[in-house]
Amino acid sequence: MTPRVFSPLVLLLVIAFLIGPFFIIVAASLSGGETLAFPPQGFSLKWVAKVFTVESFRESFAVSMFLAIGGTAMALVLGIPASYALSRYKLPFGETVRTIVSLPIIVPGIIVGLALLRYIVVPFGFNITLALFLAHTALVLPYAVRVVSASLNNLRSDIEEAAVLLGSSRAGAFFRVVMPNIRSGILAAFILGFVTSFNQVPVSLFLSGPGVRTLPIDMLSYMEITYDPSVAALSALLAFMSIGIVFLAERFLGFSRYV
Amino acid sequence: MSDAAFLSLEKLTLAYGDTIAVKDLDLSIRKGELVAFLGPSGCGKTTTMRSIAGLLTPASGRISLDGTDITRVSANRRSVGLVFQSYALFPHLSVFENVAFGLRLKKLPASEIETRVTAGLKSVGLSKFATRKPAELSGGQQQRVALARSMVMEPKVLLLDEPLSNLDARLRLEMRTELQRVQKETGVTMIFVTHDQGEALSLADRIVVMLNGAIEQIGTPEDIYNRPVSRFVADFVGFENIFAAEGGKLKAANGPIALSESLPPDTAGLAWRPRMVTLGSGPFQGTVRGASFSGSTREYLLDTPLGAIKAEEDAGLAAHQPGTELTFDLPVAKAARLERFG
Repeated sequence: MTPRVFSPLVLLLVIAFLIGPFFIIVAASLSGGETLAFPPQGFSLKWVAKVFTVESFRESFAVSMFLAIGGTAMALVLGIPASYALSRYKLPFGETVRTIVSLPIIVPGIIVGLALLRYIVVPFGFNITLALFLAHTALVLPYAVRVVSASLNNLRSDIEEAAVLLGSSRAGAFFRVVMPNIRSGILAAFILGFVTSFNQVPVSLFLSGPGVRTLPIDMLSYMEITYDPSVAALSALLAFMSIGIVFLAERFLGFSRYV
Repeated sequence: MSDAAFLSLEKLTLAYGDTIAVKDLDLSIRKGELVAFLGPSGCGKTTTMRSIAGLLTPASGRISLDGTDITRVSANRRSVGLVFQSYALFPHLSVFENVAFGLRLKKLPASEIETRVTAGLKSVGLSKFATRKPAELSGGQQQRVALARSMVMEPKVLLLDEPLSNLDARLRLEMRTELQRVQKETGVTMIFVTHDQGEALSLADRIVVMLNGAIEQIGTPEDIYNRPVSRFVADFVGFENIFAAEGGKLKAANGPIALSESLPPDTAGLAWRPRMVTLGSGPFQGTVRGASFSGSTREYLLDTPLGAIKAEEDAGLAAHQPGTELTFDLPVAKAARLERFG
């Protein structure tokens, strides 16, 4: 085969491999049958409707939303000042701090989850919600620091001095001229963090406990008991939510510049 | 310190960590003066300017402005304006809001802010651009916004970091005129930093030449250009034939050389511009090594017992070919007499 035919074919196969499952899930969720199956048997919206009636889905969705929004917000509260310090000052061990902050991206989630459970949650008797909150904060922190640092590095530091010479305090200069100019970076970090936290499985798997679990974990355990297409319907809904968020972010922020 | 000093620096020492950038600097500037800090990069001129602005705390020494010691006054309460080399406009604010920034912090009434910003933009010819963002302006326009932003604050001293270096030749002339006009109209005391002697000579009332964290010479442009007092300043303003002197004689490569006129005993050196060298007559002999034509003049490089000499002659005169033996003179009357030869 010549490259002219070969490369589009490879491209097509890769796309099919990446996006194919998504279409299968969407199709399966619209099935009229009683079990999760592909090709779907008939057409019905009843499984999509059922998603909203399952009590545990509603509870775990709330937990996941709380973790994604709260954990990401906390990661930004910690990450913005950290990025500012790392990009504006020559700190001793600055590079080391940067590396440590990035670790949760590099270390497999299974290990992070197990380590948190075995050495922090159990010995100190942490409450499950608090443990999940701290874990998600730590998992999102690398993205927050990375994306915010990228925005800060694109911003000249002399505008802060200019603001000071015009009568602003140092802190005032940060809020008046730094924050407005890294706002889209912060929003991008928030969206990235939100999606990362929401889709997180391995760490949440270890830390979820009685009564408190995240939506992906709840879906896993639901499927172990009830093998009906409502899980597919929920997956499809979540996928559409993520796509919607990223689409809006790209549209209004030029999201791809930051990630 | 004279009584007329408006801004004075006394025994000012500035350091970055352990590195001393400026040592024991004394300087006093009168109200309404336009002063240039001139020197090569790393001479401490920008550092000195930043300490006047309050962006750098002196290691020791004192800065006073308008009768008040401001050494420990923070940068946001000094009434000192600074136009940054990069302009440092706020990218998220319109031109109008950039200029209004300081006035809003002062919590002035909206109507007064409106009046002052409008007047400020008008004075730099940017009234039409009030609603634009800085990124939509050219470099020269951005700089004028930065100038207006500082000037609406009515600072006691306006500092400018390399105000002309980022502009092309035409804009440079425009900005030079602009700065002189602003200074004349408002009477603000202005200090600008430059590494370009041409800028300093054409714009300043007084030039402070700096080298290695110390002042080499302070004087009017005429003083600096015609009467440099040290080897560095002489070299910096284009004296290309510079000799040390000792006991009234020139020190050349192969021993002392007596001059036709006697020198005051404290003369440390003499310096001549190429065009001060008389060709065709005089006590010295040299061989033409090279010649270059530059339109109105011809420049010659001579091999002489004193070392290499650069001379310049009117292009209307007959050219001397390379290899020709020439007599020449270094007239003491025309020379710049150096007090220091460090």
